[in-house]
Amino acid sequence: MRFLPATSQDQRAMLETIGARGIEDVLVKIPAKSRLDRPLALPPALAETELIRHMRTMAAKNADSDSHVCFLGAGAYDHYVPSPIDHLIRRGEFFTAYTPYQPEASQGTLRTIYEYQTMIAELTGMDVANASIYDGASSLAEAALMAHAVTGRPEVVLAGGVHPLYRRVVATYCDGPGVKLRDVAAPAGVLDAAAVTKAVGAKTAALVVQSPNFYGCLENVAAAAEIAHAAGALLVVVADPVNLGVLEAPGRLGADIVVGDGQGLGVPLSYGGPYLGVFAAKNDFVRRMPGRLVGATVDQDGQRGFVLTLQTREQHIRRAKATSNICTNVALCALMATIYLATIGKQGLVRVGELSMAKAHYAADRLTKIPGVTLRFEAPFFKEFTLKLPKPAERVAARLVKQKILAGVPLKAFDRKLADCLLVAVTEKRTKEEIDAFADALAKAVAK
Amino acid sequence: MNQSPYDNQRAYDRLAFELSSPGRIAYSLSEPDVDVATARNKIPAAYLRTQPAELPELSELDVVRHYSRLSQMNYGVDTHFYPLGSCTMKYNPKINEDMARVAGFGRLHPLAPEAASQGALQLLHELAGMLGEIAGMDAVSLQPAAGAQGELAGVLMIRAYHASRGEKRTKVLIPDSAHGTNPASTAIAGYEVIEVKSDANGEVDLGDLARHLGDDVAAFMITVPNTLGNFEPRIVDITEMCHARGVQVYMDGANLNAILGITRPGDLGFDVCHFNLHKTFTTPHGGGGPGAGPVGVKAHLEPFLPTPVVVKNGEAYALDWKRPKSIGKLLAFWGNFGMHVRAYAYIRTMGAAGLRGVSENAVLNANYVMKRLEGHYDVAAPGPCMHECVLSARRQKRNGVSAMDIAKRLLDLGFYAPSTYFPLIVEEALMIEPTETESKETLDQFCEAMITIAREAETNPQAVLDAPRTTPVRRLDQTRAAREPNLRWRRT
Repeated sequence: MRFLPATSQDQRAMLETIGARGIEDVLVKIPAKSRLDRPLALPPALAETELIRHMRTMAAKNADSDSHVCFLGAGAYDHYVPSPIDHLIRRGEFFTAYTPYQPEASQGTLRTIYEYQTMIAELTGMDVANASIYDGASSLAEAALMAHAVTGRPEVVLAGGVHPLYRRVVATYCDGPGVKLRDVAAPAGVLDAAAVTKAVGAKTAALVVQSPNFYGCLENVAAAAEIAHAAGALLVVVADPVNLGVLEAPGRLGADIVVGDGQGLGVPLSYGGPYLGVFAAKNDFVRRMPGRLVGATVDQDGQRGFVLTLQTREQHIRRAKATSNICTNVALCALMATIYLATIGKQGLVRVGELSMAKAHYAADRLTKIPGVTLRFEAPFFKEFTLKLPKPAERVAARLVKQKILAGVPLKAFDRKLADCLLVAVTEKRTKEEIDAFADALAKAVAK
Repeated sequence: MNQSPYDNQRAYDRLAFELSSPGRIAYSLSEPDVDVATARNKIPAAYLRTQPAELPELSELDVVRHYSRLSQMNYGVDTHFYPLGSCTMKYNPKINEDMARVAGFGRLHPLAPEAASQGALQLLHELAGMLGEIAGMDAVSLQPAAGAQGELAGVLMIRAYHASRGEKRTKVLIPDSAHGTNPASTAIAGYEVIEVKSDANGEVDLGDLARHLGDDVAAFMITVPNTLGNFEPRIVDITEMCHARGVQVYMDGANLNAILGITRPGDLGFDVCHFNLHKTFTTPHGGGGPGAGPVGVKAHLEPFLPTPVVVKNGEAYALDWKRPKSIGKLLAFWGNFGMHVRAYAYIRTMGAAGLRGVSENAVLNANYVMKRLEGHYDVAAPGPCMHECVLSARRQKRNGVSAMDIAKRLLDLGFYAPSTYFPLIVEEALMIEPTETESKETLDQFCEAMITIAREAETNPQAVLDAPRTTPVRRLDQTRAAREPNLRWRRT
């Protein structure tokens, strides 16, 4: 049978060695009354060609970013993925290895993680980055718990521009430890300094600010840092690392912890996952960090080598007192990001940021020339912005899908007050022609 | 001198940063077709980066050769037998990879309109149904990203369930043989963790369990088969004992590969279990992840599943967000979909008979290895075992050879190492999980290597203590790594 190499002859020989008459003899500890007395009710097995046909039929029902022009963002972006990434990550030595518990036979994985940690620390302007968390949202949740553990304070204040789905994940993780979340509304699309100052106090473990935020607006991170630090709280910044070729490193603006999703760094859209939870912090907090860390050392011959280190933070050693429950992370996505950053390089990342920024601003300019279409917020933005439409955004988006345009994310599901708003993201992959065609289609869709 | 391939690799000790040459590029980006300066001027200068990030500057060939060389410093399932117990390092079918890369799956945005994501939602709905059938559970959430997140979701659902009944229970019972994630996840969920003792065979000490069961206990969490590789014959008694005290029972599904189509967690009395798609259902381990840790529950826990839940209304699939009792979200989006596609492809390839064959062969292989090695190493608990066996190197330890030394020597002999020093209740543990995808020939070669090492431990222990000699680096100084952490490269 496929993937089962034992022939009946092999099985007989093995059973004979074991001293068993049949497979039943080795399953004897499973009580008869607990056995399944029928085959599992699963669809019949498919041959490879049948499987391919079936999977393609399902996939064809989806509007993907190849078949459609994609202006969707809100935490996942259609950035350019250089070709070498997928070729290299598919090497079985990377792909089919596991956590590098035997460092002598895992130097490939360990070295790439060390490179990854360096690249993320460099991009975010932080001292140290871990080997990854599941995604941006779970990374933020871990940051909230870490801030709580470091400061011993019971509350986390979230600026209004934090991604609402991230906020939900933070709430899930904070429920058990009893960390209270305080939300500060952002009616202007960016944080309200007076309101945030009022909310942050002696009980605050951390202030969380996202920039660019969920609405696409750039936040004044330095001002947020002042507010947080004045109250003795940590500043947690949610950032998209692919933007950090052009945007200032949060570490240089006062962040104590930087988290975010590294999906834009060469990780496929893949309907929401697996993505890449980035987690970076100041050195002071390294022994409180969640997740794996790779460090450089030497072997018994004095040669440079790499190992998992500071493992006394982790669940397999510290169990109930671990800094986090994370074990399996997203190492392969971190490898994608590492190869992405090695390929795109020092100059390329600046180009990616500049092209995305420029095309987004061109798109905003072009789209707001349509009668009744305006920018919902005045704040400066980067590669994503919120449009206010004269018609319900969900209906407009549904209409544009038929024209092979994924127009943006309607915000009604996130905030009913924004039912007429569409969140539009523009990456370096979009062309002027595509943006113009989008504008023409949108003009028709919103016309009376 | 006769050079082994490893000698070439030993000579290769570069990091991408050290290969960098200013001005070299590997990217390909189009020229701007709109004005960059106009946009830049709209952004406050203080928000813009002034010092460029120090990333490598390489050619495409530099990139390809560098990472190809690094890959050659790894052992993986594709290149080596990888008997890492508890991790189910089975073969990952190549067709799974092709399927995950079909554009309609691999390039689908998570917020594409539901009407334009029907194929993806269908796959999620069908996969949840198939996993439910495999585990005998009424409902499955695919959202958790890994086993540990599945555990967190499961324990939070149990907590919400008790709360909904007005019960305040504060403790969770976990055997001393459990994976570290069990107590860690439980602690995050806000519970006090109480350790339950194992008996001499590594099974739950029923007396100790009974002593701890009380009205303040929310759940009992146990791995089946247990972490010694054995099926606990009294497991149904255990779930019944728990239920009699209002205690929910959680099954850590790390070892599900042993029981597919043979018995089901739901039928054993479990209320919750998680699946590790990267173990049982062939999604790649990727050097440490991503995994996927779906969680299955009985009907009474269904209202508490993470949001959103994929539902089928008539012929249309949708994400149901209106679930007021839900524990909330675990990831920004719907789970590690790329892994779901691979697991779906695998289950559809194997079918019911194929999956039962998986477990039968996994169990047969583990028992064969245990039988061949039992004269040479101590066995942690009497067999027959299920899909893995735990040996102890306590006999070898008398000659100064530890489980760690044996692991290192295996690397020289061309095998990855078993899990070592786990479970914690076994002295000098070597946990061997051969999986069903390995042939008898490979198992024989591995057993010969283990027997050779046992003999060396008797006659020439230094040969074992000096290992490994053929790997890209030799034993590494862990103390120095922890004492003087060097966690990032800097130009010196």
